[in-house]
Amino acid sequence: MSAEQIIFLIVAAVTLVAGLSVVTSRNLIHSALWLILTLAGIAVFYVLLDAGFFAVIQVVVYIGAIAILFIFAVMLTRRVMQDSGSQSNSNWWLGAIIALLLFVGIVLIFINWQDFATLQPELTNSSGKLSELGLALVSPDQYVLPFELASVLLVAGMIGAIFVAGEKKR
Amino acid sequence: MIPLSWYLIFAASLFCIGLYGVLVRKNAIAILLGIELMLNSVNINLIAFWRYRDPEGIAGQAFAIIVFAVAAAEVAVGLALIISIYRRRATVVADDINLMKW
Repeated sequence: MSAEQIIFLIVAAVTLVAGLSVVTSRNLIHSALWLILTLAGIAVFYVLLDAGFFAVIQVVVYIGAIAILFIFAVMLTRRVMQDSGSQSNSNWWLGAIIALLLFVGIVLIFINWQDFATLQPELTNSSGKLSELGLALVSPDQYVLPFELASVLLVAGMIGAIFVAGEKKR
Repeated sequence: MIPLSWYLIFAASLFCIGLYGVLVRKNAIAILLGIELMLNSVNINLIAFWRYRDPEGIAGQAFAIIVFAVAAAEVAVGLALIISIYRRRATVVADDINLMKW
């Protein structure tokens, strides 16, 4: 077993345990903190996949912004469900069965696919990758339309969030 | 060398954990946490397929960036909605938010 595989297995185990804690922890602040650990584990996977840029985005956008936003939201709405009462609804076994069935289904589909165990191909001149990505995102014959749509979506989301959550003047 | 299958199995299990959280949790913020887990597992799949199947291309990375942007917008609007509902009705339990239920 190579060093990469050992790192993968350790990080995968930590990430899955953290993910399970996110959905089962009673205290929502703890859930949000476990989410940060999960996101950090996923950043390690991006590094293993030679996508260092995505590891950086993962840390900056997800851990730096989204997880912090979650913690703020939990603090703003805390009094309601403070650790009393059940955190999951009465149909939790149904949810568990559905999730388990979906997992079994995905794995069955994968097993019947003959390229399932492909190994990583060698990267050729990997240094130019990030600039290629940047050029592709703004070149008219590639991804400029999805890129601009994403910008419009972010602006709309920002304005919508301010409008919805802002204090109404009466 | 890590085979592609490891990443796919890992992403599938993380997706199912997130789905369980979405289906089962009562608190609306916890439901959003589950959605974040699902979006992240999809992103791992996109990057893994890019790396193993088409490392010369750009499509996989571009797609993953769009998913990042959509996730950021989704969480901003979702949390704003939850905070707004909390202000008006003093609850974040998804079962109690039933004004539009027929």
